[in-house]
Amino acid sequence: MSAVVTPGSVQTAEHSQSHRPDPNYLTHTKGFLSWALTLDHKRIGLMYLVGILTSFLLGGILALLLRAELFFPGEQMFSNDGYNQLFTLHGAVMVFLFIIPSVPAALGNFLVPVMLGAKDVAFPRLNLSSFYLWLAGTAFFLVALFSTGLDTGWTFYTPYSTLTQGPVVAATMGVFILGFSSIFTGLNFIVTINTMRPPGMTWFRMPLFLWATYSTSIIQVLATPVLGITVLLLAAERVLKIGIFDPAYNGDPVAFQHFFWFYSHPAVYIMILPAMGIISELMSVHSHKAIFGYRMIAFSSVAIALFGFLVWGHHMFTSGMAEVTTIIFSALTFTVSIPSAIKVFNWLFTMYQGTVSLVTPMCYALAFLFLFTIGGLTGLFLGSLSTDRHLHDTYFVVAHFHYVMMGGTLIAFLGGLFHWWPKMIGKMYNELGGQISALVVFIGFNLTFLPQFVMGSRGMPRRYAQYDKEFEFLHQMSTVGAFVLGMGLFIAAGVLLSSLFRGRKAPANPWGGDTLEWHCESPPPFYNFLRPPVVKDPYDYSRLVYDNRVGGYVERPEDRASGSHK
Amino acid sequence: MSATELDATHNHSHGHDDHGHDHDHPAWLAHHFDDAEQQFDSGKLGIWLFLITEVLFFSGMFCAYAMYRSLHPEIWTFSSQFLNETLGAINTGVLLFSSLTMAWAVRCAMLGQNRGVVACTGMTIACAAIFLGVKAVEYSHKIDLGLLPAGFYVPQVAHPEHHEGLSKWLIYFMVVPGLFLVVLTAWYGQAVATANSVQKQIAGPLSVSALCFFLGVGLGLYLESGEAAEHGDKAHVAASDSHEETHASDNHSEADHAKDGEHAKDETHAATDGAVSTETASADGHAEASHSADNEIISPDVNKPNAAGLFFSIYYCMTGVHAIHILAGIGVLTWVLVKAAKGQFHSEYFGPVDYVGLYWHLVDFIWIYLFPLLYLIT
Repeated sequence: MSAVVTPGSVQTAEHSQSHRPDPNYLTHTKGFLSWALTLDHKRIGLMYLVGILTSFLLGGILALLLRAELFFPGEQMFSNDGYNQLFTLHGAVMVFLFIIPSVPAALGNFLVPVMLGAKDVAFPRLNLSSFYLWLAGTAFFLVALFSTGLDTGWTFYTPYSTLTQGPVVAATMGVFILGFSSIFTGLNFIVTINTMRPPGMTWFRMPLFLWATYSTSIIQVLATPVLGITVLLLAAERVLKIGIFDPAYNGDPVAFQHFFWFYSHPAVYIMILPAMGIISELMSVHSHKAIFGYRMIAFSSVAIALFGFLVWGHHMFTSGMAEVTTIIFSALTFTVSIPSAIKVFNWLFTMYQGTVSLVTPMCYALAFLFLFTIGGLTGLFLGSLSTDRHLHDTYFVVAHFHYVMMGGTLIAFLGGLFHWWPKMIGKMYNELGGQISALVVFIGFNLTFLPQFVMGSRGMPRRYAQYDKEFEFLHQMSTVGAFVLGMGLFIAAGVLLSSLFRGRKAPANPWGGDTLEWHCESPPPFYNFLRPPVVKDPYDYSRLVYDNRVGGYVERPEDRASGSHK
Repeated sequence: MSATELDATHNHSHGHDDHGHDHDHPAWLAHHFDDAEQQFDSGKLGIWLFLITEVLFFSGMFCAYAMYRSLHPEIWTFSSQFLNETLGAINTGVLLFSSLTMAWAVRCAMLGQNRGVVACTGMTIACAAIFLGVKAVEYSHKIDLGLLPAGFYVPQVAHPEHHEGLSKWLIYFMVVPGLFLVVLTAWYGQAVATANSVQKQIAGPLSVSALCFFLGVGLGLYLESGEAAEHGDKAHVAASDSHEETHASDNHSEADHAKDGEHAKDETHAATDGAVSTETASADGHAEASHSADNEIISPDVNKPNAAGLFFSIYYCMTGVHAIHILAGIGVLTWVLVKAAKGQFHSEYFGPVDYVGLYWHLVDFIWIYLFPLLYLIT
């Protein structure tokens, strides 16, 4: 056997001959407590996955209720107050319970140590506590929201949030707890990537998913505490009557907006950066070609993370800030779009002259390119002062952020889920089913949100339960699209769930990737790697070849025999 | 290399559950780390990142302070008279000393002197308790004077009230530490009786610390009453005698009436518009205006919920959140104390003491900023 072959691949060969059931991380210990008290990052990642997908289902049902209400201009099933509670719940559930944790917690937790060839994250117990904080925050939050009905919008703007009767304090304390979950996850990843890289993995030999995760973690660590103090001050305003947001006590309600958006703008980069990391991986692996412009993508990730802290004012252009201030924020907003654009071009050039295989993850990645580009470009209309004056608080904004958050993050998340599903679960899903899901989701998504750009620019305000007759057709198109989109997502869920029962066993490397997670079995053993593997270029596909017997990619036999690696 | 193959066949029997420390991972080295250095570096980076999040957490309040002070400097100047610089300075000194004992504890841990760690962390906890004792006095004094967050603020009279006996709020604050003192002393007694060295090392310093809370309370009361007497004298000298004497007797009843009236109004304040509150507040201010001539430090314009109240809102938020961090610090210091009592630290494993030390220095550092910003305004 070759001296430099990693233990993982040695095992694959051995086990296919011995037919012993391997104790992978899913099976090596059993029972509820072995999961509830696990320190294994892979199990924690899976538990997160179940949790956030459940939240996504809840948020999605709320969205469908909203769209159903909007099918006709007048009042249907919900009063105006009921509608307000619906969109508050929808936004809060989606932002705090689903999107922010989604990629880092569900996929990142699983992948970061494995991509590093490490046994676990730096602080496994902190990781588990992050999960329980997420659960606690969720429970807190949902109880608050389902009790007396919160209708402030997910943004909790003062003065309404300080005066209204609803469960604002309970909801904001839920947010506070969730914030800690996010902070600790970010902290864990920064330390893991800093101190637990294997021999040979310098910063510029890391997979780009790790660069994306690292940049996201920087934002999580720096921005989320500010959200923490913001919601704490909001709670203090209600309970202790501190008055800092109340003009009656010489306070300023717009101060809340500054505090809130100082976190919430970087938060959107927490949402998109990991998604971009996924796309970097997907684009390269499924084009069987090294990623174009590795360093530029890496630098862009960090640049987005840092610049993202400077632009929060673009959410407040109409709130009465000084003109000079708005001009500066607008200019900075334009600047922060540049690194994102660099990445989009780099992904395109990665595909060029590559051998693109249109498997499900690649379908989602292509959808991402289209949808995220639209989302990003429409952001420029909002970042430009003169047009924002007309578009602020209209459906244009709603369409913009759904394109970037859903067309961007969710689509990339689904692509990543399909891409790493064989690794995490050990089963292959039905490829045709997956591709159909991507198509239906893509069509449904555009049908839902493209009309919203149009109605927004024609003046349809956001957060309105009833509207003028002139917008009826566009709303109906949007509602139909929403249900198509929902159907597509259910197809995707069905494809993945049915693979649990009927999928064929996945090989170690079904796609031909060269990052370290493909060098251990699917699913990995609970310790990932016995010894830290030695690392080469993560995007060099020349050493891999498809092996029909295994149903996946293996290292070229001649490389193995000679024991040398280029 | 045969070692690789050996590992490959080994792995099934070599579960992580059935090791007997016969491999190169001693008990204090976590299994996912390759060596002690990696573990220490990871922990160090981790705690520094956490400290950065703490700084950002406080930064929101520092921003609020900066914003509102620059908009209303007269509020800050007025309110500073109610903060006792001596108590603040003592607290500063106490925390600085506690940072010294903490650093000393880290040194002891590095040298494997576990008893030294117990002693030094014990002293650190004791200093924290003194700090909290002084804080309890400060808070209870202010609550009695009606110096509360804006929505509950009671416009001030010329003289602080003279307490007969302890403030009831101070008694509330002393209940939980009192319980701790009783329980810990009892535990210490039991540990001595059973000659359990580890428990003695834990219960002993902790019960001394609980006692130090009351030391802090005593210190605070002594200094606070000294200053009240001073103010009383000054007021007597500064104003006409008859006016002052009627004040001294009317003080309580007036203040009580004002307080009751204010509280009733305050309930409605939050819900109704500001104009009403400003009116009633200034009406009270006017009532005080006649006193203001005697004592130049009371200004009716600022002595209102929507003015001085704002300062105290920020004061309670900042010092309150800081005090919560002191409490959390006492918690983790206790954890370190317990580990040291069990003799767990040595030259290759002292991370927890180091990290808790860093946290404690940050708590001290934040106080170093709070003290001048709140106490040394004029």
